[in-house]
Amino acid sequence: MSESNASATRITPGNALRPEDIAASDVRPSEAVAEYALRLGDDALILAQRLGWWISRAPELEEDVALGNIALDQIGHARSFLTYAARAWDKTEDDLAYFRGEDEFRSTHLVEQPNGDFARTIARQLVVSQYQFALYSRLVSSSDATLAAIAAKAVKEVDYHRDHARQWVLRLALGTEESRRRMIEGLILTWPYVGELFEDDSLVKELEGTAVLPSSLRESFDAEIHGLFAEADLEVPEVPAAVGGGRRGEHSEHLGYLLAEMQVLAREHPGATW
Amino acid sequence: MTTATDTPQDLTAEQEQFDRLIAEDSRIEPRDWMPEAYRKTLTRQISQHAHSEIIGMQPEANWISRAPSLKRKAILMAKVQDEAGHGLYLYSAAETLGTSRDTMTEDLIAGKARYSSIFNYPARTWADMGAIGWLVDGAAIANQVPLCRASYGPYGRAMVRICKEESFHQRQGFEILLELSNGTEAQKKMAQDAVNRWYAPSLMMFGPPDDDSPNSKQSMAWNIKRFSNDELRSRFVGMIVEQVKVLGLTLPDDQIRFNEETGKWEHGPLDWNEFKEVLAGRGPCNAQRLERRRAAHDDGAWVREAAAAYAAKQAAKRNELKEAA
Amino acid sequence: MVGGSQTGDDGAKAPSAEQPGHPTAEPWPLWEVFVRSSRGLSHVHAGSLHAPDADMAVRNARDLYTRRNEGVSLWVVPASAIITSDPDAKGQFFESPQGKDYRHATYYTKSEGVKHL
Repeated sequence: MSESNASATRITPGNALRPEDIAASDVRPSEAVAEYALRLGDDALILAQRLGWWISRAPELEEDVALGNIALDQIGHARSFLTYAARAWDKTEDDLAYFRGEDEFRSTHLVEQPNGDFARTIARQLVVSQYQFALYSRLVSSSDATLAAIAAKAVKEVDYHRDHARQWVLRLALGTEESRRRMIEGLILTWPYVGELFEDDSLVKELEGTAVLPSSLRESFDAEIHGLFAEADLEVPEVPAAVGGGRRGEHSEHLGYLLAEMQVLAREHPGATW
Repeated sequence: MTTATDTPQDLTAEQEQFDRLIAEDSRIEPRDWMPEAYRKTLTRQISQHAHSEIIGMQPEANWISRAPSLKRKAILMAKVQDEAGHGLYLYSAAETLGTSRDTMTEDLIAGKARYSSIFNYPARTWADMGAIGWLVDGAAIANQVPLCRASYGPYGRAMVRICKEESFHQRQGFEILLELSNGTEAQKKMAQDAVNRWYAPSLMMFGPPDDDSPNSKQSMAWNIKRFSNDELRSRFVGMIVEQVKVLGLTLPDDQIRFNEETGKWEHGPLDWNEFKEVLAGRGPCNAQRLERRRAAHDDGAWVREAAAAYAAKQAAKRNELKEAA
Repeated sequence: MVGGSQTGDDGAKAPSAEQPGHPTAEPWPLWEVFVRSSRGLSHVHAGSLHAPDADMAVRNARDLYTRRNEGVSLWVVPASAIITSDPDAKGQFFESPQGKDYRHATYYTKSEGVKHL
């Protein structure tokens, strides 16, 4: 690890790290670290793909811009994590994004859930951003300097995403009767996919000190959600948890369509540059 | 301090003051007196400009989900998002003339307002992202740079901000085409096809020929418009005729030439009937564009109402606390 | 003095879009945005936007007016709260300073060339 630290001196936590910097660096992650980076990158990528739909369709123009900023942050995180992961296999971010099959994606079921109405998107945003905020807050201390550096930039950005989601949960829950009904419905549709985010497996255990143990994030996640829900007069939905498996490449039926659309052009022209 | 301003005598004095400001090439600000026709012309022009930014998001948003690399996806997202921002800047400028954004939006989705006709053409391939950036944004910038000096202050200020931000839009389009042109045969073909389709519509973005543009004269007299449609079009042709060589592509017009006598660039005939047809709503995508805007507006109504209701409740709560204290 | 604006940037009032019976259907109010581009400089007017309340207004301002590192601090002010001098006063409001050259250092020519003055 000390060796990789030495060669990664340019990438220090707090620097505005760009995917191009990671591609140009000579740090090569181990296979296990790359697998872990894939998970984080895929979550961000699939979420960005979902959020991008809202640009030109949001409830108000100001919100087009706000959701656009969030999607752009997520795509930035995805590019950094995927670029780093790709180095382990001498590939590029685009090889991973465009030429992997559905069962090779390591994202959770939560991020592939449909946008639904604005309330459902906000419910998903709330869960993702609270989870990512807790995760990146800890990842900044990772023994892997590159992961730590990516997290250092990302944590500030998802802090804002978290704030954005919380503001909207309050407004929708306490706004009108209709918005409250939709907010509750959005949370009910989202909650089955919360549990998967906090599942540990052999990879994260093996990467102790480098990866963040998902189960260790649950407590702070719950505390923040409870605080918000108390203010918004909401309750945590009591719904059965869905069977996850995204980290093993077992996805719901939504991901196939999402990837088909995302990858179609790149796959039509294999080997082309854009 | 407000004095009666509607006696004929005062109106004349106001008109003189307005005329003097225009003659001095100074700026008119929102609370200044201005002729009704000036206010109307500006409201129409700025709101149309704003609508164009908002509707113009759609052809490009159409490709965000399919962008062929993550870098291009991020760039395209940022660009389409910028357009929402530009629409907002322009609506704000138009609002200072006394028409609310809500009213302008209602006009747009009711099909009563116009927007740039070019956005009623479909973006069929990825190369269209290049051609739109290079030609459509290029034409828009050529149009907009002189508008930074428009006599109406808020419009000029909005345009300054927009022009600054748009400088990347045209370049990213050009680079998309450059990359395609240097790519595979299929990519190069895609690029040429897009340039062929967007060339004429982009020239028509400057508006009808001068002798068929009845409002231009007045707009120029008011220092809203600084150059005529044909003048700007000719300059634009001069720019792209050189740029297309760098791209290794061609323009679908073999009549482009520099007229030594007039010092102007000339181009082949444009199909103004098609222009009028599309303007009148009979373009390939008019109905689709409006439907999408209407759907976003209608689907968002409950969200806007919820936020307003929440704000009202919070304000009431604050007042209660204040009274109790 | 003239009261605040409903339509931004010191503008004239918009025709009211009130819909009786639908108090919540009113459009979001207008806010003026001021951006401090770096420490040591004043907040400068950047433009306006619509938002349901102050919390959202400052967030929307962040998203809309600082996408390119334009600022380190933001103010948002309800457009209706801005009081402006009356342009109908046709100049008398700003006439007084005209001709009072002695307020400017350049008025004092005899001391020209004297060091540190």
